[in-house]
Amino acid sequence: MSKIIVCRCEDVTLHELDEAIAAGHRDLESVKRFTGFGTGYCQGKQCVALCARMLATRGGEAAAMPITPRPPFHPIAVHKLAALVEDEDEDDRRPR
Amino acid sequence: MSDPSRPPALARAPLPETADVVIVGGGIMGLATAWNLARLSDKPLRIVVIERGYLCGGASGRNGGGIRAQWASETNIRLMKRSIAICADFATRMRINVWFRRGGYLFLARTEERAKQLAASAELQRSHGLPTRIVDASEVRELVPDLDVSRVVCASWNPDDGVVFPWPFVWGYARAAIGLGVSLHTHTAVEDLVTEGKRVVGVVTARGVVRAPRVLVCAGAWSPTITRRVDVELPSKPHRHEICSTEPLKPFLRPLVGDLQNGLYFSQSMRGEIVGGISNERVPEGLDQKSSARFLGLYARALSQAMPILGHVKILRQWAGCYDLTPDGNPLCGEVDEAPGLFLMSGFMGHGFMMAPIMGELFARHLLFDEERELFERWNLRRYREGKLLSESMILG
Ligand SMILES: Cc1cc2nc3c(=O)[nH]c(=O)nc-3n(C[C@H](O)[C@H](O)[C@H](O)COP(=O)(O)OP(=O)(O)OC[C@H]3O[C@@H](n4cnc5c(N)ncnc54)[C@H](O)[C@@H]3O)c2cc1C
Repeated sequence: MSKIIVCRCEDVTLHELDEAIAAGHRDLESVKRFTGFGTGYCQGKQCVALCARMLATRGGEAAAMPITPRPPFHPIAVHKLAALVEDEDEDDRRPR
Repeated sequence: MSDPSRPPALARAPLPETADVVIVGGGIMGLATAWNLARLSDKPLRIVVIERGYLCGGASGRNGGGIRAQWASETNIRLMKRSIAICADFATRMRINVWFRRGGYLFLARTEERAKQLAASAELQRSHGLPTRIVDASEVRELVPDLDVSRVVCASWNPDDGVVFPWPFVWGYARAAIGLGVSLHTHTAVEDLVTEGKRVVGVVTARGVVRAPRVLVCAGAWSPTITRRVDVELPSKPHRHEICSTEPLKPFLRPLVGDLQNGLYFSQSMRGEIVGGISNERVPEGLDQKSSARFLGLYARALSQAMPILGHVKILRQWAGCYDLTPDGNPLCGEVDEAPGLFLMSGFMGHGFMMAPIMGELFARHLLFDEERELFERWNLRRYREGKLLSESMILG
């Protein structure tokens, strides 16, 4: 049988996703932890939508926010982050 | 299916109507307590664990996995030494890989005053059989060649401390507890407590009521929201703590490096990532698990100063969880005077993960056999009513 990859970074197959669902995992956070999908270099940007859809079509719970997205959007070097404004207040999120 | 290295899947079994013990919260405290109760009891106990979300959704799935016996108070040294021994044995006993890496903890002192404190703590630790030593800047450099030691006075070094991957600990306890008959229910929130007079005799959830003579609150930073249902105010407060992880690198960093000056800490996981965080006083109040750009700036500045070579490493992900902070840095454990039948196991600050292996066992022994009276007396909530506060100065993050 040919392998169908659902998460390229962590090499997770559709078969493994089905295994997780067969084991009884019904929500995406648990399936993520069972298979490891979405934990690699792209941090889920390429696979989350697909895995959520697969889970939903197999009777799982499709939440509005499939998994909590983790910043940064792209990997960023520490020295670049060190240059972030010294005292920027995070509550001050007005557009500027 | 029971692949021991994966989270257990839980059938949506109906909630039992009665139990001997109900545990609120399926974090590491709740699960370690459940497993130890089931394992140590002479007669079969009906134990129900109720978790609002998925396993690892609370602090137990969000922490740095640091486990150390380098503490400043005698109680913490004694307990954590035993906890580390349990951790070292956990993989074999629970048949699960916890990625335990014993690289030691290196605490940097940047002032003479801090150096004196570390020396006194190291002395106390040695009297408890730990190999902790105070090392000078040149030895620090040998341990971590890329560290900037120009402003380091000395450091406290215990090679036996280590780091683990937190998730398999949670799964390991969950699976072992289920194996002993514990009934674990995820995606089920405790919404209220059932009372008879002052006594707590059960919990209310959307899926039904479970009555039990003992209700244990192991809800971490959410614990005050549970006790408030019976008008018990806890002195503990949730405090958001952020953490991040880099791309994986070839193993090169041996210890977890901690700087008690600014609360910076970082270590290399078995997967190769540099995982770390920093103290941050200015965070939004309350139960907040959002991550911030401000943290990344704070952490990146401190990290690239401490170890300039890490400046070029990329940060892959950041996340946050809640510490459960008590005013005196010590936990809240045991029965609540104002609400008999209600027991606390909370207030574990930013180090409850490493305490859970031993505290789960001692709490079970306390409940079953009335052991460890002295500890559960000292850590009881009533110390706040009586003004007998405790101390601990080696707090990170
Ligand atoms: C970023 C970060 C880094 C840390 N680093 C370390 C470290 O290196 N070493 C260390 O030892 N400790 C560390 N800690 C602290 C450690 O993670 C916690 O002290 C520990 O996990 C607490 O375990 P717990 O089971 O008490 O709480 P939690 O794991 O938070 O579990 C409580 C559970 O209760 C559930 N719950 C809440 N309300 C309800 C309700 N109404 N009904 C049912 N369930 C409910 C929650 O969903 C949660 O799963 C860190 C914490 C954070 C946030």
